[in-house]
Amino acid sequence: MLRIKCPFCGMRDHDEFTYLEDAHHQKPAYTNTDANSWFKAVYLRDNPRGKHLEYWHHSLGCRMILKVTRDTVTHEISRVEPAHPDFKSALSAPAQKKA
Amino acid sequence: MAGFRADKGGQINRKRPLEFRFDGRKYTGFQGDTIASALLASGEQLVGRSFKYHRPRGVMSAGVEEGGALFTVGSGSETIPNVKGSVAELTQNMEVAAQNAWPSVRYDIGSVNSLIAPFITAGFYYKTFMGNAHSTKFWMLCEHFIRKAAGLGTASREADPDCYDIAHHHCDVLVIGSGPAGLTAAAEAAESGFSVIVLEQDFAFGGEWLNKGDSTTQQQITALCARIEKAGGQLYRRTTAFGLYDHLVVGAVERQTDHLSSKTGRLKYSPRETMHIIRPEHVIIATGALERGLAFGNNDRPGVMLSGAAHTYLARYGVMCGRAAVFSTTHDATYADAIRLAQAGAEVCVLDARQNPQHMMRQAEQAGVYVMPATVPLNVIGSKAVAGVEIGHIDEAGHITETAKQVGCDILGMSGGYSPVVNLLSHRGIKPQWHDRLQCFVAGKTTENIYHIGSANGHFTEDSVLASAFNVIARIKGDKQPHRSPQKGLTSEHASVFEIRLPQRKLKSFIDPQHDVTSHDVRQAKEEGFISVEHMKRYTTLGMATDQGRMGNVLGLSVMAEALGKEIAETGITTFRPPFTPVSIGVLAGRARGREWAPTRISPMHSQHLEDGAVMTDAGLWKRPWYYPAAGEGIEQAYIREAARARQTVAMVDVSTLGKIMVQGPDATEFLNRVYVNPFAKLAVGKARYGLMLRDDGMVLDDGTTWRLSEEEYLMTTTTAQAGPVMQFLEELLQIRWPELRVHVTSVTDLWAGMAVTGPLARNILSQAIPDISWSNADFPFMGVRSGHVTVGRRKISCMAARISFSGERAWEVYVNAQDAAQVWNTLKHQIQKAGGTLYGLEALGALRIEKGHVTGAELDGRVTLEDAGFAAFGAKKAHYVGSVLRKRPALMDENRPQLVGIFPKNKADTFSAGGILCKPDAVTGFGEGWVTAVTHSPACGHWLGLGFISGGAEAWQGKTVIVADPVRDSYVEAEIVSPHMYDPSGDRQNG
Repeated sequence: MLRIKCPFCGMRDHDEFTYLEDAHHQKPAYTNTDANSWFKAVYLRDNPRGKHLEYWHHSLGCRMILKVTRDTVTHEISRVEPAHPDFKSALSAPAQKKA
Repeated sequence: MAGFRADKGGQINRKRPLEFRFDGRKYTGFQGDTIASALLASGEQLVGRSFKYHRPRGVMSAGVEEGGALFTVGSGSETIPNVKGSVAELTQNMEVAAQNAWPSVRYDIGSVNSLIAPFITAGFYYKTFMGNAHSTKFWMLCEHFIRKAAGLGTASREADPDCYDIAHHHCDVLVIGSGPAGLTAAAEAAESGFSVIVLEQDFAFGGEWLNKGDSTTQQQITALCARIEKAGGQLYRRTTAFGLYDHLVVGAVERQTDHLSSKTGRLKYSPRETMHIIRPEHVIIATGALERGLAFGNNDRPGVMLSGAAHTYLARYGVMCGRAAVFSTTHDATYADAIRLAQAGAEVCVLDARQNPQHMMRQAEQAGVYVMPATVPLNVIGSKAVAGVEIGHIDEAGHITETAKQVGCDILGMSGGYSPVVNLLSHRGIKPQWHDRLQCFVAGKTTENIYHIGSANGHFTEDSVLASAFNVIARIKGDKQPHRSPQKGLTSEHASVFEIRLPQRKLKSFIDPQHDVTSHDVRQAKEEGFISVEHMKRYTTLGMATDQGRMGNVLGLSVMAEALGKEIAETGITTFRPPFTPVSIGVLAGRARGREWAPTRISPMHSQHLEDGAVMTDAGLWKRPWYYPAAGEGIEQAYIREAARARQTVAMVDVSTLGKIMVQGPDATEFLNRVYVNPFAKLAVGKARYGLMLRDDGMVLDDGTTWRLSEEEYLMTTTTAQAGPVMQFLEELLQIRWPELRVHVTSVTDLWAGMAVTGPLARNILSQAIPDISWSNADFPFMGVRSGHVTVGRRKISCMAARISFSGERAWEVYVNAQDAAQVWNTLKHQIQKAGGTLYGLEALGALRIEKGHVTGAELDGRVTLEDAGFAAFGAKKAHYVGSVLRKRPALMDENRPQLVGIFPKNKADTFSAGGILCKPDAVTGFGEGWVTAVTHSPACGHWLGLGFISGGAEAWQGKTVIVADPVRDSYVEAEIVSPHMYDPSGDRQNG
């Protein structure tokens, strides 16, 4: 059992989440028509020993997609952040005082 | 003294005698006994037969390391095999049976195996039965007899009648083990404000303290438990931590009813066992240490046991295992065992492998124990019970020579030292390390919050055990540790002796009694080249029985190391894996069995369907009406009637299971335009459009209609099966790939109930029921979306309706709030039935869509392109959408790919099945040319027909005959390939 600390829900068992995919690669822009770029993005994956970036979907929780740094040897999870850049920056911004 | 039971002493309740049966014979024990202690008290030494050689076996230990006293308990569906008699609590009327013996343990026919023993050593099965075809055949011939002769107990073939549960916990500190170290640490932790859980596998708390057997110690245990509970800690006994998993998740099984006598205590609804899944911040492993034996000739005879076990049976259960005891040891700790038995009246002699055990001798001799320094046991005399032991001399260098001495005895207690129980850390992938001074494996280093204390950490004296407990809590609190590195090991050195053997004498000396592995097997493995411990383990099966080789692992490693001329530290140890002790399969499932195996999803009209007599079927997690049989109808008559009625008059089906996703936001239009292969940019408000979406690899993901409700608001429908995956994919696109799009998606599948009203009379029904919508062809054309109100009595229930048709008839889907669904369904149903219409189920829905050539999951199976499914035109109008690039890979554009077609039998009376292979008549072989995805009897055409895929599509097969081959059912039907649009290809019926 892995435990993942969702930035929105707190520490949760991994069976609340769905593994989506390798987060090292970005998909080409949807207007990109180069078949080779799409081929690489869809099919080619590394299988590293050690730290690995991956997307997990909190499918039985807040439905947010998280970018997780997991060690493939020890399963240690060293970093969890929202995949959506706006949520990421909102969470990392200093708390604003209410007027 | 009755039998071997001492007159007093022990922690058994002598006022509560318990009757039980062993191999059909009646025995009596007491509450607090284990099966083993009760049998020993009754004088039974021979309690089982061994795994391979069927050698007579007795009780060898008083714990989970037991290798001899394995029983089958209970009968019928409640049979539990391989129960360790040394830990199983005795209950009233318990049925206990010896294993692996026929007709009985005393006269076991299989024991002839010990006469052929030289031939069934390590690797016997591999060598005899594997390799060439000849030996494989031989194996098949012999298997039946071997399976009967070998092996442990037999599981019941009946369903498990008990129920099980799973409980979840969080805590600051989890303490595994309730011995002196565990209880002390738990009390300290609880009183420091931590939330604490203590797990104890035994039925009593106290661990090693239970072996003292005096009331002061008992009070000490009770007081510590009270302190823990008072401070809010939780104590679980009969609970084994079986595995330590990633991120400090601990799995434990609590046995809740096995110890209750079946007539009095077992509650019908109480779970037999509960699995506790615990998520602690800190794990303290106080699992103690297990004594290990020595390897010498016939060291498996009934009466040979671990020296501490003889002590435990006396102190805890008041049982004298024998009246004349020999103890063989390599260290000081055994003297306490020997003295204890001597004080209880036994004749006791100690064989000490050390040259000068003078520091122990005076104390021993005062207690009447006779000590023989520099001696070891060579061979056990006696076959069904120990009668005596041949004694050898051992010199300072460990060299062994024969002597003429023999000692008569009825038990032989052996001790080769202690092995800390470090299995749980091994579960985390951290191998134990050999400690030369302690002569045992100790836990390796970890960076996680896992700590070993007490004898699990090599502290073998009580002061150092307790010091280690105080220290660990100080460490967790971040305080200074009160005790400076408590001493490890025993007070004096112990001899490094594992196997006692004279090369000239060939005696069986067992290192894994449960799997019948001898020291000879290990040497043979080395001779045959299996020099890695991992290979040796698998070749000899050492340590692979239900006790995971607790008694014998270290002995085996020492024999291997010696054979290799290496140190034990170099050979290393194999990996311990979960579970620590066997776990019932039932408890892993918990309540997730039968109906609770998976969640059940029901439509808001579910109870209406049951009232209407629907036969239900499973569609994924959903329950859906399959057909609504009229009196005397089977499925075939029912669905044909329903489908025919839909085309002749009017019929209604529940479509609530379709996935429904709200897509909202300023960029919703742009988003849909990227997701679907066909254009969505110009869809007007109040209109729906059929859309197809692809995966990135260009294969069809799903299809469905999407309704534009307002400028920035769409209702997307998906197939029932793909609702989840589509939702996830949309979220992925919005959160990862296109975060700039201002769009929000929400699953509303369960909020809306959907009912499709289909057939020539659908318009009449709906204009009556929903009068505030104009249903004329001009006002409500095909693919229109309107909202209005259903009149239900005096209520007006708001609804949405879209003119879409899966059946190919004039049809509308009406969506209402799930709470109002039953009323609306009943209202429409009555009007439909008055008009001569019917309800229809999934089978008729399938018939209608197959006739029409509409695809579902059977066709869109994830391997199908737009071209394959006949949707090429959809993808031609736009340049960019998900999957637009990879779908054009040359192999996917090959015109000879299998394409969607309709299939008619040549002889219209013939039937065929989905899954059939489409072949050329002269080549009915292999994968053929295509396959059948769906078949139905078509009421409209009057014969059976199907959908499928075939190379090149319908045009390539015009005028040709194919064979629908179904070799499994031995059916070969001639068929012709037609367009998939087999009914009303022009669409006049749905558009009119």
